This record gives sequence, C-alpha cells and structure tokens, in this order.
Amino acid sequence: MTPKALFAASAMAALLLALPASAGQLTIGFSQIGSESGWRAAETSVSKQEASKRKVNLKIADAQQKQENQIKAIRSFIAQNVDAIFLAPVVSTGWDSVLKEAKEAKIPVVLLDRDIDPSGKDLYLTAVTSDSVHEGAVAGDWLAKTVGDKACNIVELQGTVGASVAANRKKGFDTAIAKHPNLKVVRSQTGDFTRAKGKEVMESFIKAEGGGKNICAVYAHNDDMMVGAIQAMKEAGLKPGKDILTVSIDAVPDIFKAMVAGEANATVELTPNMAGPAFDVVAAFKEKGTVPPKWIQTESRLLTAADNPQKEYDSKKGLGY
Amino acid sequence: MTALLPRRGLAQILALIVILAVDRVVSPQFFDLRLQDGRLFGSLIDVLNRGTPVALLSLGMVLVIATRGIDLSVGAVMAICGAIAASLADSHGLPIVLAAALGAGLVCGLWNGFLVAVLGMQPIVGTLILMVAGRGIAQLITEGRIVTFSSPDLVWLGNGSVLGLPVPVVIALGMLIITGAVVRGSALGLLIEATGGNARASELAGVGTRAMILAVYVWCSVCAALAGVIAAADIMGADANNAGLWLELDAILAVVIGGTSLFGGRFSLVLAVLGALIIQTMNTGILLSGYPPEFNLLVKAVVVLAVLLLQSPKFSGLAGIAARLRRTKA
Repeated sequence: MTPKALFAASAMAALLLALPASAGQLTIGFSQIGSESGWRAAETSVSKQEASKRKVNLKIADAQQKQENQIKAIRSFIAQNVDAIFLAPVVSTGWDSVLKEAKEAKIPVVLLDRDIDPSGKDLYLTAVTSDSVHEGAVAGDWLAKTVGDKACNIVELQGTVGASVAANRKKGFDTAIAKHPNLKVVRSQTGDFTRAKGKEVMESFIKAEGGGKNICAVYAHNDDMMVGAIQAMKEAGLKPGKDILTVSIDAVPDIFKAMVAGEANATVELTPNMAGPAFDVVAAFKEKGTVPPKWIQTESRLLTAADNPQKEYDSKKGLGY
Repeated sequence: MTALLPRRGLAQILALIVILAVDRVVSPQFFDLRLQDGRLFGSLIDVLNRGTPVALLSLGMVLVIATRGIDLSVGAVMAICGAIAASLADSHGLPIVLAAALGAGLVCGLWNGFLVAVLGMQPIVGTLILMVAGRGIAQLITEGRIVTFSSPDLVWLGNGSVLGLPVPVVIALGMLIITGAVVRGSALGLLIEATGGNARASELAGVGTRAMILAVYVWCSVCAALAGVIAAADIMGADANNAGLWLELDAILAVVIGGTSLFGGRFSLVLAVLGALIIQTMNTGILLSGYPPEFNLLVKAVVVLAVLLLQSPKFSGLAGIAARLRRTKA
C-alpha cells in the first residue's frame, strides 16, 4: 500500500466511524442578514449558543445585507440537503422561487425576526418574530402602572420616520396609555434610533418644557436614543430615573449600565434569541411531525431596575451588542 | 475685517436673523440663558454646540470647494476618527488619543488629495471611494458595536466648558481663527482661489496647484477628524454606523449658503461657518416647534430654498421687475 492509499483508506474508515455518531443530529443552515446592528450581532452569537446547547450543527451564512447572497446561501443549503433552513430576510419580497425550491426538496424554512410578503405563507413552516406593537404596549402599561393616578407629561423619542418598527412601537404605546387620561404625550420627535440624535432632541424637549420641570417621563423607541437622552438630562442638571422616569425598548447592555447607576427605570426586551424557539419547532416537526402555528411570537420581557440589571448587563455584554 | 466679512454676507446675516426671529415665535424661551453647573444653558447654546460638527466640516469643505473640488468623505472620516478615539480613550492619555485620531484624518486627507491632485481623478468620484470604504473601516475598528468609554479627558472635549461656553464651540472658534489666519494672513487664500478660478492659468503663472489641492484635502480631513472626535466625546461612544452620516451634505450646504460657488474661486470662511449656524438654527427651531417629525425635512428644504433665493442675483432681479410692474400699475 502506498502512503497515499493508506491515508485514503484510513480517512474512509474515520468517516464511517464518525457517521453513526452524527445520526440524529440536526444540520441547519441559517441565512443571516449581516452585521447591520449590535442586536443583529447578538442574534448571531445567541443562535450559536442555542445550537451548541441542543447539539445542532448550525451553518451560518452572512449575506452582507444583500438579498442575492441570501438566495445563493439558501440554494447552497438545499444542495447540501440540510434538515432545515433559517432565514432572516433582508427584504420582504422576492423569495417565492427560492422558497419553492426548498419546498420541493422537502426542507422546512423558518423565518427569524422578520416576516416576508404574505403571498409566501405556504412556503415556510413558521415565522419567529417579536410583535413591536406589543413591545410599545408593554412600555405604556409599565408607565401607567408606575405613575398611578398622577398627571404625567410624556415626551417621546421616535425611531426613524417611515420605519415600521417605529410606527408600531408608537401605536402600541399610544393604545396602552389611551386608557389613562392622566398620561399625555406632550412632545414627540424623531431621534433616528441614534444616541447623538436622541441627545439633541432631548435637549430641545428640556428647553421647550420649562427646563424639564414639566416632563414626568421619557419614552424612547430604542435604548440607544434613551442613553443619549439620559446624558442630556444629566447635563441639564436633572436626575433621570428620579425626576424623570425612563422607559425604552430593546434591552441593550448599556441601558442596564444606566439602570445600575439609577439613571434608567425600565426597558422592554427585544430578545436576540429567535433561533432557540425555531430549533425546538424544527425538532418537534422532524421527530413527531408537529406542525407549528404560522407565527411564533417571542416574549417581550419587561426589565426594570428591580430585576438585577447588573446580571443582565453581564450576560449581554459579550454578545456583540 | 472687511477681508473676512465682505459686504456679500448681508444676505446670510439677514437669513440668520429671520430664522432666529421665527425660532423666537415658535419657542418663546429661545433666547433664555442661565448658568447650569458653571456652563451656559439655553437654546442658543444648543445651536452653537450642535452646529459645531458641521461648522468644523464646512471650514475644510469651503477650501476644497474653492479649488473647484468637493469632499464627500468627511462624514466617513468623522466615523473613522471617532472610532479610533473611542477605542483608545480608556487605555491612553488624551494627547495620544488626539494624535492618533487626527493622524488618521491626515492620512485620509493625503489619500483623497493623492487621488485628486496626483492621479487627476474627478473629486466627486475620488472622495466617493473613501465615503463608501471609510464607514466600513470604522465598522471594522468598532467591530460593528458602539464603543463606549469613560475617560474624563475625552468626555470633557465633548461636554466640558470654558468660560461658560461648551468646549466644542471654543474648539470650532479656535479652528476658524487658525484657518483664517493661515489662509488670509498670507497669500495662501489667494492661491487657493486662483487654483479654483483657473487651474491651468494659475499653473502657468507659477502657482503650485497640485500642492494647493493636496493641502486643502488634508486640511478638510483634519477638520473632519476633529469633528469626529467631538461627536464621539459628546455621546461618550463611537457609533460607526451613524456618526457623521450625511453630514457631508450639510457641510456642502453650509458652504453654498455661505455664498461660495461650487465652481470654485472666491470663498469666505466666516460665511461658511455662518451657513452651518443657519442650518443648525433651523434644525433646533424645528425640534423646539413641536411639529410632527414628518415635516422636518420639508421645512428644512423650504427654508434652504428661501435662503438660496435670497442670494440669487437673478431672483432679486425678478423681484425688482415685479416691484416696478406693481408701481406702474398703481
């Protein structure tokens, strides 16, 4: 036997030995959008953690924010005959033909974080997403409960004008506080989801509302704007978290830092763990044929200063936010 | 003084006064000032403080535009230099942080200048390269996250105060004086204007046009680097995705409002900075007005149109004809 043949033979033997061990282990391809935000990076790292917890072989393809890359990735997952495909779609349309290919290959597709155009409903198994209207409602309910019967003037930092998340988070909050006539949004302006704009807009709110004395609470559509707003309040000599209540959405690590310092009150989590529930439905579908509902809503946890913010910060800071 | 503030500044000053008056109407406390923790506090200070990044950018941009160029990369350079400053802030002293950030700005400027002055690329294309790549570089530095820091020295650059004025405003004022002294205190300003007016003729007349062009792009990027450091210091973190986003357009707008032609030649530093202040006075006014945010961009566009019409000789000509017609009718 030549060394080459010996190597080939032993490699073959190793492969044969390895095969039984991997039987029953799921292989799942995940077409991820790319690294558009800290939350997206956290979603990728949590997906990896959840996969290793369940001993799932997870293959992640980074699409760098391009749909054609996602389509290519899905086609390559089909060619590799994976057990299921996860897709975080960068846009909502244009998926019909590639998802049909997956369907013909009998590979279930699970959408993560975002939905696609309604025409494709029979083309995927289920969608695991958060309900951003509900997130706004959780924030509004917390504020209503905390304030009680006192009159409360709220200022709102909206997300980017035209973004559906911003519109939904506004709608949910407005609906929740509509039941309480003592709560009133007195000013609402866009902070473009960024810290710098959140700070600038909050500065103008403070000036416009008697140096901040007329403001009882700030509601921000994301934590980053709130971090900026907290700085603006501090520079104006106000005490955020005490003089002015704060509630925002996303639960990024830095808002917990502010909570530990007593400068923020509450946040509603947009969980980065979309893959966990998706792994479970795929496993149930593969083993018992359980067909999940078309939409799995992730939990929108309310986290306040009473919920051990230091622990939340420690568990989130390494995720890539 | 007449060299710094020529008579043509009248339209800009008028525009600023009108916008200030409108701000006073939409927000009665607009001119209120008080001392808060040893610094002045009020909407006017906000205008100066928030206007600083664009004012700094316009200081460099006006020189580039005077040479008949344009620099689209300043927003991306802000992001790169802010990211560098934020990553180094907690482990190094302020001099090193500033040297690294401004050094990076210098390199960016040399790159732009090399493409435009040496390789002869169209400025809009040459600087577009760094505009696109720069944000990617900044994201690589921050690994796509918002890098925060707590170094009190760097935070002071964004939030501290000198004699009641915010530090960024003092820095911008200092940069205006330095730039003004260098370009107007020597023949440099004239040579830059000559390069923009007619590069070939200037070259034949012995002006080192290449050196001029290289120099203005370097200065423009250094100004952008400073703006980037201030923007990062302001929010105590570097946000590579959003720092300086679209600010190149505001800077170009500030220069144009300041009366400098995009075709190069005559320029005014003071009026460019005034242009930046006009933009910010309007932005702050919009925020204070309480109108729904959907109107922000519309209001901004209408005001900019009005300010530019005010400066247009053809438009004032038309207005003159209309006035004469009315008089003859009556």
